[in-house]
Amino acid sequence: MLIRSVLAVILSFSLAAPSLPGKTTKPKAVKEKSGDDLKLFSVKLNKDEQIRFALDRLTFGPRVGDFEAVKKVGVKKWIDLQLHPDKIKENPVLEAKLAPLDSLRMTEKEAGQNYPTQQLIAQVARGRAPLPEDPITRSAVERLVQRYKVKKTEGKEAATREEDMIEPAVSLEDLLTADDIKTLRNGKPDDRKAILAKFDEDKYEQLAIALPQGMRFGNMPFAPLPLRRMFMKATAPQQILANDLNEGKLFRASYSNRQLEELMVDFWYNHFNVYLDKGSDRLFVPTYERDAIRPYVFANFHDLLKATSESPAMLFYLDNWQSVGPPPPNARPAAKNAPKRPVRGLNENYGRELLELHTLGVDGGYTQKDIIEVARCFTGWTIREPRLGGGFWYNDKVHDKGEKVVLGVTIPAGGGKEDGEKVLDILMKHPSTAKFISRKLATRFVSDNPPAALVDRMAQTFTASSGDIRLVMKTMLESKEFWSRGAEHAKIKTPFEMVASAIRAVGAEIDFGSNLANQLQQLGQPLYRKVEPTGYSAVNAEWVNSAALLGRMNFALALAQNKVAGVTVDTARFPESTDTLVIARQLLNREVTPATRAAIALALDEQLKKNPKAKPSPALIAGLILGSPDFQRK
Amino acid sequence: MNSRRFFLKSSALAMAGIGAAPLWLERALYAADAPSPRKKILVALFQRGAMDGLNVVVPFGDPNYYALRPTIAIPKPNGTNDAALDLDGYFGLHPSLAPMKQIWDAKQLAIVQAVGSPDTTRSHFDAQDYMESGTPGRKATSDGWLNRALPPVQGRPSPVRAVSLGPALARTLRGRQDAVAVNNLSDFQVRDTRGASGFESMYAGSMDKVLNGTGRETFEAVKTIQAIQKTAYVPSNGAKYPNGRLGPAMQQIARLIKADVGLEVAFADMGGWDTHVNEVAQKTTQGQLANLLNEFGSALGAFYQDMGDRMADITVVTMSEFGRTAKENGNRGTDHGHANSMFVFGGEVKGGKVYGDWPGLDKDQLYEGRDLALTTDFRDVLGEVVAGQLGNKDIRKVFPEYDPKFRNLLINA
Repeated sequence: MLIRSVLAVILSFSLAAPSLPGKTTKPKAVKEKSGDDLKLFSVKLNKDEQIRFALDRLTFGPRVGDFEAVKKVGVKKWIDLQLHPDKIKENPVLEAKLAPLDSLRMTEKEAGQNYPTQQLIAQVARGRAPLPEDPITRSAVERLVQRYKVKKTEGKEAATREEDMIEPAVSLEDLLTADDIKTLRNGKPDDRKAILAKFDEDKYEQLAIALPQGMRFGNMPFAPLPLRRMFMKATAPQQILANDLNEGKLFRASYSNRQLEELMVDFWYNHFNVYLDKGSDRLFVPTYERDAIRPYVFANFHDLLKATSESPAMLFYLDNWQSVGPPPPNARPAAKNAPKRPVRGLNENYGRELLELHTLGVDGGYTQKDIIEVARCFTGWTIREPRLGGGFWYNDKVHDKGEKVVLGVTIPAGGGKEDGEKVLDILMKHPSTAKFISRKLATRFVSDNPPAALVDRMAQTFTASSGDIRLVMKTMLESKEFWSRGAEHAKIKTPFEMVASAIRAVGAEIDFGSNLANQLQQLGQPLYRKVEPTGYSAVNAEWVNSAALLGRMNFALALAQNKVAGVTVDTARFPESTDTLVIARQLLNREVTPATRAAIALALDEQLKKNPKAKPSPALIAGLILGSPDFQRK
Repeated sequence: MNSRRFFLKSSALAMAGIGAAPLWLERALYAADAPSPRKKILVALFQRGAMDGLNVVVPFGDPNYYALRPTIAIPKPNGTNDAALDLDGYFGLHPSLAPMKQIWDAKQLAIVQAVGSPDTTRSHFDAQDYMESGTPGRKATSDGWLNRALPPVQGRPSPVRAVSLGPALARTLRGRQDAVAVNNLSDFQVRDTRGASGFESMYAGSMDKVLNGTGRETFEAVKTIQAIQKTAYVPSNGAKYPNGRLGPAMQQIARLIKADVGLEVAFADMGGWDTHVNEVAQKTTQGQLANLLNEFGSALGAFYQDMGDRMADITVVTMSEFGRTAKENGNRGTDHGHANSMFVFGGEVKGGKVYGDWPGLDKDQLYEGRDLALTTDFRDVLGEVVAGQLGNKDIRKVFPEYDPKFRNLLINA
């Protein structure tokens, strides 16, 4: 009976509901848009629609009041500012949130010293590196070294035993009462918060060292910030590097006033993807994003390409740091009794991805021979002391000095570092690069199948300006195709965009980003952790599937009802109304579709039947809106 | 049949108790009348990153193998833990694949050598895409071979007929037929029950074609999957699945199979096979490849053990986008190559045999002078399992513009 009334309500709102449960022999849409839809790219959006579209597509989602603010400055002026982020005053809230994330401001070396990685711990265990000076890091490293040694001698299982840990200088019992310890072990969140809030700041270090690992981990969301960082450090120092990157990215997406810049950082990092968990890349990724990506997101593509090619992060990720040319003909053969060293040689990995993913595109007109020649040009581009976080180093001794021919251009014998630089010049001037980059931008910002004419115009700008990214973006943002019905709502949000836009829509305060980062992992998009050099796909089909949809719905309900740990949502901010339209206006910045409205009405009705005294909750309605099909589009 | 009917009825009562929509039950009861709920099942596994087949199914009888790989070759079988496990006097398994040896010895594991995609790309992305679409060289194909392989249904199909393990729906399973992505069976639901029915009707009524279709599939699958989880899963025969990605995926596939909810095809994958560096460490049972094979072998070994007699209904086939260079590179690793090896195992498999012509590893036998040449098209193997296992004889629709040549791997092809 229930279902029949569902159908009745839905039908009354939307006569053309395409496929109803139970009656389906549907031809399922595999592709979204056909050739006919090309016409939609010449249907212009009206003024208000333009503002909504700009906020959907050029930010991580509108907040309450954004529409009015853009309307006031005018959409053109607003875009111009977004294209020049240095002219926008940054949000002080963001600055305060970023301040404690100190690893984001360190050099690779400092990051290695303060937050040692597993490799460094192995070095310390073998006596090849000193213990860190900072007492918490020191105690954590001592413990990890101890565990490393146990693991080496007794095997994996022995290493997980807590009793192998080093005794803390001050015991937990001396720092807290038995009752408090009990509460911190399994008490209510508010009680834990209270205990940690009144704990003596001078004894933070002692507490961080004395707490067993499980309790430290469990209490992170409830500890005041400085204590929380000490907890993290004492658990696994290198985790801080991942934490800071994750939190930094979530904070910026949620709170930055320079929204387009943040989208571009995300876009280019993904284009030049590096996987955080590959060995020393843990140390290299923070500076990679900060120094090789961020400064160039609107600059010249050549500078961006060059910065990535010389970054330890990329050199390590795509193995170029180990790629060497043949030994010179006059090299002395190794002495007979010399220790056997592995023979090193050419590695094609970077050469291939540079052509396929960074510049020309897979159909850009290169051959296997070109890949090998490019790899030869980059021999000797390496890293000094990668395990300790050393920087870029050109080692002429291992550079292949022979002649190379790349895409028909001869690079004469006897060259040095400039061989690689010449390759970048060749790639910059190649028409395939202009096209490939333009198409990728248009796929991200306009539609999965952007009109060819638009891509061509963007590529022309790229070529004419020798790769000026800001101008290419301007060409796109001034096109009729961008401001069209064809582009409007054509894209489904990626999980990161969905999460960030929900945070913005409900005005949530992120105190501890770890849970959000885990959410993104569940939704299929862990930040900084795409293993493959392709980066994440920007097309809709990648993100629409059962597991991901359920994940989004669960996240939406939890967030709106203030149930995501580490995130605070003031549920009183939702309009005191059971009218979906009113709440939807606040969250979506537009009208909700009839089907969504009907379904929500029905769900509330059902609640009421079950419990006539229950007050309809605006937060529940908000959760249903955030999980609706309407909110998944941008 | 009886137990299934009983289960449906008791779940119907349980669901009515908490006020959930009864429509699905009506449908499920109807589906229970459809013939043979116990299906033949095809499990397809993808090893992403290009597995080094030459170090996995080791051609120890080919002297060139040792000449090409002075520091990373797997020694000839000699009874030690570091050497290859002899299969047929010419090929041997990597020692970290010991759990798969039992399947070989039971004559249920067949290996195909020098197999892969005829397309010559050495791009991971393109090669995976071609292997998943089943149309090498053709980029415009929007659906995957495993989706096209699903035979026509009689009556209403099970909502969990085609399942892709992981947070995304694999390219191999995208297409016209319903297929669901399941990351974790126990979390496959809307946890807040007050929202569940709201979302269901919302997506069912949505005009958004893409989201509407997926939403409907999702909620049908939710009900089936929730219903089978009333009790904790205990693998049979003492099977122990490893942690990581593939182990839990195989365990969940096993669970779906044993629940008899109409699973016909499943897909899972495991990444990390791109061993450019430190593929083999000082011992052959250490290093990147050994770690990968440890996880891979113990996941498949556990699945085989867990399924027991049920293997009679199951065929598992593995693939990887291309092989790796015959010669080792300068970093104790290998670069992107061409042909590879595939495993096919199950009750219907004529196992204990290495199939496919061995092209040899002499310089002039190598493809482009560097990679193992291809003697079997991967579609020959997949075509045969689709026809033999799924009973879908319309192979031309599964692999358009190609005529698979069956290798006689299956008893029933």
